[in-house]
Amino acid sequence: MSPLLTGMTLVLCVAMIVAALLAIRDPSPEVAKTDTGGLPIAILAAGLVSLIASILFLILAAPDVAMTEAAIGSGLTTFLFFFVLGRIRRHETSGDNHD
Amino acid sequence: MIDTPLNLLGALLLVAGAAFLLLGGLGLVRMPDLFNRIQAGTKATTLGTLLSLAGVACLQPDWGLKLLLIGLFILFTNPISSQVLARAAHRSGVEKSSLTSIDRLAEDQGAQP
Amino acid sequence: MVEILVYLAATLVGLALLLALYRFVKGPSAADRVVAFDVLTIVGITGIVLVALAEGRGIYLDVALVYALLSFLGVIVIARYLERGL
Repeated sequence: MSPLLTGMTLVLCVAMIVAALLAIRDPSPEVAKTDTGGLPIAILAAGLVSLIASILFLILAAPDVAMTEAAIGSGLTTFLFFFVLGRIRRHETSGDNHD
Repeated sequence: MIDTPLNLLGALLLVAGAAFLLLGGLGLVRMPDLFNRIQAGTKATTLGTLLSLAGVACLQPDWGLKLLLIGLFILFTNPISSQVLARAAHRSGVEKSSLTSIDRLAEDQGAQP
Repeated sequence: MVEILVYLAATLVGLALLLALYRFVKGPSAADRVVAFDVLTIVGITGIVLVALAEGRGIYLDVALVYALLSFLGVIVIARYLERGL
């Protein structure tokens, strides 16, 4: 492995750990009072972990795994979480008299 | 890699693109409010990525078609996503920084800034 | 000479990634983090192209193509969410 790829791996690992810690962090009190809490930030951070993981898979010479991680982990999961979060918010704000 | 003039041009373009990416990141940290950050974070990085792709296309001429495709996608989609994001932020009521709302005429006429 | 310039470019891209990550961690609102996420995706595309250049394998560029499509769709979905229209 060339020194360029080694340095890139180190930077990406640090960024991945920071993003993962951000994904599981407790939201601050003023954020936790809003209607969805800190969930959008956590979803974005999880998508970031997926993005960096796919670049790391690419450095490990697995382009097919990297492409799957890009499409599923960073794309579809993030969209799906935001879609469900929007549905939940609409349900909660329109009154919960039919459940 | 050997130092042919084309390779040297490609490497210089690559460094210029990376410098624009760095300037975009710096603007993202330094700008005072969201709309300024969108400016710095989208325009500078679009130019930086296109320059980097052009540099890699000079270094590896066989990859030209695929790099051109990536560049076209970025050139078409990045301004659209920036505009959609700015509109969403404006509609959901993100406040602007006081540094960007300068009204010299009102100040001249004695109004409080 | 070319090698040194490529190393310099990779260093600058790494610094840009760290700066955007700082804004992602710090950003006061969710919209700031979405902007930082967009910038991180674009920096990631450049990083993928640099990895492909360092390994000398053109097949790696397909992943960058997937990301160039996905970042657009992702930002549009998130913007619709922030607009309360989803």
